Amino acid sequence: MATTALPLEKTTHATHEMSFVRKYIFSTDHKIIGIQFLLMSFVFLLFGGLMAMMMRWQLGFPDQPLPAGQLLPETMAPGGFLLPEFYNSLVTMHGTIMVFFAIMPLLVGVFGNFLIPLKIGAPDMAFPRLNMASFWIALTAGILIMAGFFVEGGAAGAGWTSYAPLSASPEWTGVVGGQQLWLVSLAVVGLASILGATNYITTVVNMRAPGMTWFRLPLSIWALFVTAILVLLAIPILSGAAIMLFFDQTIGTHFFDPTDGGQPLMWQHLFWYFGHPEVYILILPAMGFVSDIIANASRKPVFGYHSMVYALISIAFLGWIVWGHHMFMSGMNPTLGMAFMMSTMIIAVPSAIKVFNWMGTMWRGNIMFHVPMLHSVAFVSMFVIGGLSGVFMASPPVDIYFHDTYFIVAHLHYVLFGGSLFAIFGAVTFWYPKMFGKLMNPLLGKIHFWLTFVFYNLTFFPMHNLGVGGHMRRIYDPSQYEFLQPLAPLNTFITVSALLLFAAQIPFAVNFIMSWFNGEEAGENPWNDNGLEWIVPSPAPHGNFAELPIVYRGPYEFSSPLVEEDFLPQTRKLDSDTEPAAASAAE
Amino acid sequence: MSWILPPSASTFASDIDFLYYVILWITGIAFVIVEVGLVVFIVKYRARPGRKAEYIQGSTKAEVIWTAIPAVTVVVIGLMSGGVWNDVKGRNSVPAGAIPYGVHAQQFEWQISYRGPDGQLGTGDDFTVRNQLHIPVNQPVVMRLTAEDVIHSLFIPAFRVKQDAMPGMTINVWFEATRVGEFEIACAELCGIGHTTMGATVTVHTADDYQRWLADRAAAADR
Repeated sequence: MATTALPLEKTTHATHEMSFVRKYIFSTDHKIIGIQFLLMSFVFLLFGGLMAMMMRWQLGFPDQPLPAGQLLPETMAPGGFLLPEFYNSLVTMHGTIMVFFAIMPLLVGVFGNFLIPLKIGAPDMAFPRLNMASFWIALTAGILIMAGFFVEGGAAGAGWTSYAPLSASPEWTGVVGGQQLWLVSLAVVGLASILGATNYITTVVNMRAPGMTWFRLPLSIWALFVTAILVLLAIPILSGAAIMLFFDQTIGTHFFDPTDGGQPLMWQHLFWYFGHPEVYILILPAMGFVSDIIANASRKPVFGYHSMVYALISIAFLGWIVWGHHMFMSGMNPTLGMAFMMSTMIIAVPSAIKVFNWMGTMWRGNIMFHVPMLHSVAFVSMFVIGGLSGVFMASPPVDIYFHDTYFIVAHLHYVLFGGSLFAIFGAVTFWYPKMFGKLMNPLLGKIHFWLTFVFYNLTFFPMHNLGVGGHMRRIYDPSQYEFLQPLAPLNTFITVSALLLFAAQIPFAVNFIMSWFNGEEAGENPWNDNGLEWIVPSPAPHGNFAELPIVYRGPYEFSSPLVEEDFLPQTRKLDSDTEPAAASAAE
Repeated sequence: MSWILPPSASTFASDIDFLYYVILWITGIAFVIVEVGLVVFIVKYRARPGRKAEYIQGSTKAEVIWTAIPAVTVVVIGLMSGGVWNDVKGRNSVPAGAIPYGVHAQQFEWQISYRGPDGQLGTGDDFTVRNQLHIPVNQPVVMRLTAEDVIHSLFIPAFRVKQDAMPGMTINVWFEATRVGEFEIACAELCGIGHTTMGATVTVHTADDYQRWLADRAAAADR
């Protein structure tokens, strides 16, 4: 497939002056948009975290009023004691906000936007105005979903999975507007994601610099590309399901209402047919960033680069045929359970391959433990735990016991926080200099890392044991059950750890803000990395490259015998290199 | 902080628990290999002055090995699981002669119906009890699980029983208790504001005690 790189004359804006508003607010520059997503996502990460703290308070100290709880209205927490309906809203909104407004935009909105044009040698995305629209649409959706807390009946309370019939009628939850706002918000943020995905795919296919063949793309870009395809295919399913549920709620349809011929089970099939690819959307970019960072830190090529690409593609592919493992107990035909079990067991294999390849990258390396590397090693160590816990639930008979218990909560937090969020912290630290021109303070970075790593594990590891004890999810008051009473001290321990984990994010916030103003100047390539983003100034200028970059090799030529330095940038021309074809070529 | 499952009291619990322990051992070993490996690599390959990393791109042999071993392992676990799944949940898994009960889940309680003296569930002499399931020991029983309003889930931890109750469906849930005593039932699917209050009790009687209980309740229960 021969494509032409976009001629630079058409896109550099070096000569015209733009107002502050055009440059930083309504910007079409992919880098500014990426930073906008970053700031938005951090705010939602904070909201989601606060909600988790309130839930944990209820589970750890149910007899004590929530500190500052008197600030909350009577409809949520009279006297500072959470009402069950508010607890259900917190459970729902914590999950929804973390998935759709924190992790997904952090991985895809921030780094998809910021990295893709830079790392492939393009001046911007294929559709810069569509890109800008994507951010503002996402922000609108974020406002809509938080609005749920301010309407009568409160925010959505049927879980982030919103199972019908519970979610379909206020008769069952007491929530009216909140549930509808939830659906509208998801449809809107879904639109933002679809626009973004269209941009990313088009840009990667069409705008790679000369010499940037497919198998010279960094794994971060491969991962973002594959993820964008998943987004494009999966999000419309959620949108469709959301519209159907919205109609059930508002105009008297009965898609999911059995009393009039509808099927509650159909909601689950639709939701999880989206939902399972969604969770791979939430991990693949993280895997890509970690690959780049581990190679950089180890001063070694990624071990098994091609296998890593095929593993990414396999996971994306297989991710479409495992959705029923969320539904083993649902009442669907048990034979389907067998089918989904086998596909689920098999999808463990490409993830295992990736773990071994990351270890292989570190093996015989000369490893610099900079802060991004700390987070990346933590990613590997905790993603493994999340992956292994998944094997239990992949076995339907074992899932009989573990379904809807804290064993699942442990699993999902090990992959989404232990995995994705640690990768995000590493990626933010790694690419911060290219975004802002400064380095984040390494000491604060290490303090944040260690505190987070310790308190993270103290919070979530014991949740496996809660699950072994049979502790159900989404339970406002476990003390109602005798068999759960012995687990109460563990719940308290988890709550204390969670509060400390929340507090441990303060050094990161301080570091992020302070470094922007007072951080050490970064220079072009503070990490001695090979990618194209490191040949432009820090922060990267509008239009990215002063001259069209030419690519001579892959991104992981660390410790190459061809040169004395332990890194060899993709664009550095050696005497032994030949020019690539004038147009960027297929491999 | 135990990894030991709580004591069980049903026939198929031991099969389920066995699978759990097999998976625990296998994942435990994988866990140790990876985590210890990471620590060893962190220490052994940390940067030191004068060292250089080795320029290695990969190894096809390694890829084959670490693809094959996990693949075989998960397939074996899958095959082992299949047999147990079929016995517990399969279309023909309900033993002949299992005593039927109606379990109707609603916000926020379980309505348990018992067949009356005519020995048939679903006839006029049935009686219903709130939140109390009484069954005889060492006798297969089958719950005809239904839901009034939203999805609930019948969870009996000690019997390793869980099944979502789906509005519009009647789902068979069978088990056989192996010990007399009282065991807890919980709802395991978020069903609204009172989800946390949907506790109930299973009382397992000896065969004689069960007959006595039936006779007492048939006379005195809600109709």
